[in-house]
Amino acid sequence: MSSAAEVPAPARFRFEDSSLAIKLRQNVGLVTAIALFCVIYLLYHVAHPKGFSSAVLVQNGDEIFTLAMVAMAQTVPVLAAGLDLSVGALMTMVGCFASYLLSGAPEGTPINLDLGGLHLVLATLPGGTTGLIVGMILCLVIGTLAGLLNGCVVVFGRIQPIIATLATGAIYIGIALFLRPQPGGKIDDDLNWAMTNSLGDFASTVHIFNDGAAPWFAPLAWIPVPFVLIILIAALVWVPFRRSVTGRAVYAVGSAEGAAYMSGLPIERAKIAAFTLGGFFAGCGGLFLAIQTSSGNADLPQAGAYTLNSIASVVIGGTSLLGGSGGAIGSIFGAMILRVISFFFRIFDIAPLLQPLFEGIILLAAVSIGALRMLRVRNTLELFR
Amino acid sequence: MVAPTGEDFLVLAGISKRYGGVRALENVDFACARGKIHAVLGENGAGKSTLIKIAAGVVQPDAGHMRLDGNAVSFASPSAANAAGVVCIFQELSLLPDLSVADNISIAAPPRRFGLIDAKAQRRRAEALLTEIGCEDVNPLLRVRDLPLSRRQMVEIAKALGQRPRLLILDEATSALTSADVERVYTMLARLKAEGVAILYISHRMHEVEALADRASVFRNGRHIETFEKGARSTAEIVQLMIGRDIATQYPSKPRRPRPQPALRIENLSWEKRLDQISIDVGAGEIVGLGGLDGQGQKTLLFALFGVLRGVTGTVSVNGRPVRPGSPAGAKAPGVGIALVPEDRKTEGLMLPMSIADNLAIASLDALSNGPFVNRVKERRAVEGGISRLQIKVGDKNDAVSTLSGGNQQKVVIAKWLMTQPRIVLLNDPTRGIDVGTKQELYRLMRELADQGAAILFYSTDYDELIGCCDRVAIMYDGRIVRELEGAELTETNIVASSLNIDAASSAAAPARVAAHV
Repeated sequence: MSSAAEVPAPARFRFEDSSLAIKLRQNVGLVTAIALFCVIYLLYHVAHPKGFSSAVLVQNGDEIFTLAMVAMAQTVPVLAAGLDLSVGALMTMVGCFASYLLSGAPEGTPINLDLGGLHLVLATLPGGTTGLIVGMILCLVIGTLAGLLNGCVVVFGRIQPIIATLATGAIYIGIALFLRPQPGGKIDDDLNWAMTNSLGDFASTVHIFNDGAAPWFAPLAWIPVPFVLIILIAALVWVPFRRSVTGRAVYAVGSAEGAAYMSGLPIERAKIAAFTLGGFFAGCGGLFLAIQTSSGNADLPQAGAYTLNSIASVVIGGTSLLGGSGGAIGSIFGAMILRVISFFFRIFDIAPLLQPLFEGIILLAAVSIGALRMLRVRNTLELFR
Repeated sequence: MVAPTGEDFLVLAGISKRYGGVRALENVDFACARGKIHAVLGENGAGKSTLIKIAAGVVQPDAGHMRLDGNAVSFASPSAANAAGVVCIFQELSLLPDLSVADNISIAAPPRRFGLIDAKAQRRRAEALLTEIGCEDVNPLLRVRDLPLSRRQMVEIAKALGQRPRLLILDEATSALTSADVERVYTMLARLKAEGVAILYISHRMHEVEALADRASVFRNGRHIETFEKGARSTAEIVQLMIGRDIATQYPSKPRRPRPQPALRIENLSWEKRLDQISIDVGAGEIVGLGGLDGQGQKTLLFALFGVLRGVTGTVSVNGRPVRPGSPAGAKAPGVGIALVPEDRKTEGLMLPMSIADNLAIASLDALSNGPFVNRVKERRAVEGGISRLQIKVGDKNDAVSTLSGGNQQKVVIAKWLMTQPRIVLLNDPTRGIDVGTKQELYRLMRELADQGAAILFYSTDYDELIGCCDRVAIMYDGRIVRELEGAELTETNIVASSLNIDAASSAAAPARVAAHV
C-alpha cells in the first residue's frame, strides 16, 4: 500500500480510481435503487395502455408523494441509528389538523378549542389565499414540533428511540382521533386541484404565468406538481441539511457514537435535529394526504402501514438500519419502487391480496444485497459488533 | 507559533483517580514543557492511559488540579480540551468509519460557506494535511472503513494536526504504522517541537522512546516514580524503575517433571498481518503463559485457535490429530474440546440479564439435553457442581448474573467453560479487574485443572502472574513469538526486556508490523 520505493507507475487514467467511481462504489445502494426504479417504471409505462401520458404521471405522483415524504422522515432518525415508529401517526395527525385549517372559507377559519365546558377562540385564520398559506405553514409547524418532541423524549428521557416513538406515536394518533373521530373536514377545492395535478393546472389555478399559457411555460406544463414538490423539498431541505455540521453529526452518531463524542461533536443536538427534521417531512406527507383526499381521517391501520412501508423504503433505498450510511434521496426511490410495484397489480389485474407477498420478496432481495459484505469479514466476532 | 521552549505548559498537581475499587492514579504531580517530546513509560496498568485521559478531558480526576499555560483548567469533555489546544491521538481510533477521510479530518470544525460545509475546501484541507505528513496517496474521498488500519492511523494523525495543537498527546500512535510512516511521523514531531508544541509520547517501543524523547517519566501502580532527561538512565535502569517492588502473591507450587507430551501443537499459524508464523506446544498438564505488551497478537492467537477468525493458515493439532474449527461451536465440540475464557466478560463472556444458572449451562447444553429438550435434573446438577467447584458466592442461582460482583462473574465464565470438560483451556487475561483473593483461587484452580490433564494457554498482562503460575512463558511482539522463557530464565526482567524486544530492536530497522487489537 505504501511502498514508495517502487517505480512510480505511468500516470494512466484508471476509472476505478476516479472520484466518480469512488462515489458510485460508496453509494451502491442508492445507484441500485435508482436503476431498479428506472427499469420497473419504464416497464410500467410500456405495459400501461395510456403509458407515458401526463395523466398517468399525475396519478402516480399523487400516490407516491406521501410515502416518499414519510420515507424521508424515517431516514433521518435511522441515519442516527434510531428508528421512528411515530412517522405514520404524526403524518395522520397533521392531516387531521389540515382538514380544519385548510377549508379556505372566505370569511376566515376560526381556531376553537372545546374541552368539556371550556370554549376558547384561540385565533382566526384569514380567508382566501393568505389563510391557506398560513394554514399550511401551521400544519408543517405542528409536524416539526411533534418531531422535536420525539427528539427531546429520546435525548432527555434517555429512552430508546423505538419505544419512545411507539409511545409518542400513540399520542399523535390519540390527538388525531380526538380531532376527527370520523373521517371528515374539508379542503379548499382550488388548493386540492392546484397541488394534485400538473404544473399547467397549478399555474391556471393560482393565475401565474399568464394562467399557464405563457409560451416558455408550455414545455413544462405536463410535469406533475407532486414530483416538483419532492424535488424542491429534497433540494431545499435535505441537501442543505446533509451538508450542515448538524447533518454531518447525525451520520457520525449513527456511524460510531463513541468516536463522535471523542471528536467533540454535538451528539444531543444531532439526535434532536434528526427527529425534528423527520417530523417536518412526515408533516409534509400528512399535509399532502389531506389536500389530496380533501379530508382528514384518523385511520389507525393506514398510519401503521405507512410506518412499516417507510422502513421498507429506507432499506430499499440503500440506507443501513445500523445507521451512518445512506440518505433520504435513496429513500425517495425506495418509496417509489414500493408504489410502482403496487401499480403493476392494477394494470395486470392481479389480486391485491398477493401484493404483500410480492413486496416482501422484493424487500428481501434488496436487503440481501446489503448483507453480501458480511462474506468478506475475517474476524467473525466483528459480525456481532 | 513563537513560544519559549522548555517552559512548563501542562502541570498536574496531586491528581488522583479511582475506578470503583481500583486505584488508577494516586496523587500524581507531573509537568510537560513546550518544545519538548516527553515520553511516559510504565507497565500495563501503570496509569499512563488514565493520565492522558485526564489531560484530554475524557475522564475527570477525583482530586487535584491542572494548569495549562499558567491558567487553572478543568476539561469537562474532549471538545473542551480540544478548544484549549490539547489534542490527543488515541490508541482506539476516534474515526467515523462511514464518513470519508476528508469529513473525518475536518469533523470538529469543517470549513463552511454560507453556513454549509464546503466540500471542496474540506477536500483541499484534507489533501494539504495529508501531504504535510507524507500521505498524499490517501484519497480524501475514500471512506475510512475502506482504508487499511495503518492508513487510518495516519488519517487520525492528520486530523489531530488539523486542530493546531499546543499540546499533542500520542498514545501508542505508531503501533499500527508501517516503518515508512513511522519515519514521517518522526519528521512531523520534530517540526512541531521546533514550533514550540508540547508533546506527550506514550509508547511501548523502547527504541522509539530513545530516538525521540527529550525527557521521560516512569509510572508504576498509578504513581509517578521518576522523571529524567534523555540519556540520564540506561535501558536496564528504566526497566528496573518500571518493575519496582511489589507485594508477593501466593502461587501454587509448580510440579517438577520433564516436559509432557504436547496436547496442543501449533505450527506456523498466521493470520492477516497480525499473526506471523506462530509455533508452540502446550503439554497435557502444562500451563503455558503468553506474555508481552498488550496488543502484540496474544488475543488474536487465542481467537484463531477458537475458530473465530477466517483465513488462518498453518496447522493446529489436538492430541496429534489436526483440527481446524470454523467457529466457537466447532472448537468446543467433543472431538476438539477447546474452551476460551474471553477477556471482556460483559460482552463476550456473559449474557448479563440471564440468570446465573442459564449462564453456567449455556456452553454445555448439548451434554445436558435429551433430544431437543434441556434435562432439568442434569442441568441443575451440573450448575450446582459448577457453583461449588469454583465456590461462587451466589444468593440464588436464578438471579441475573449481573447482580454478582466482578470476581464472581468471572468465576461464572470460567465455570461455564469447565462444565464443557475441555482438554484445552485458553484463558484471555482472566484476572483483569478482580480482587486479590479471587485471583489466588483462580491460580489454584488452574493448577488443579492442569494436574487433571488439561493443557492451559494463559494470556495475562500481569507479569508477576505469568511467573508465578506458568511452567513456560512465550513472549509475543508484533504478532511473533520472540522468546520462550522457562525455569530460571523466567524473571520479570527477562519478560520486560523481551516484551520491549530490546535485543531485537537494535538490530536492523525492524519493520513495524501491524499488530493492533483484534
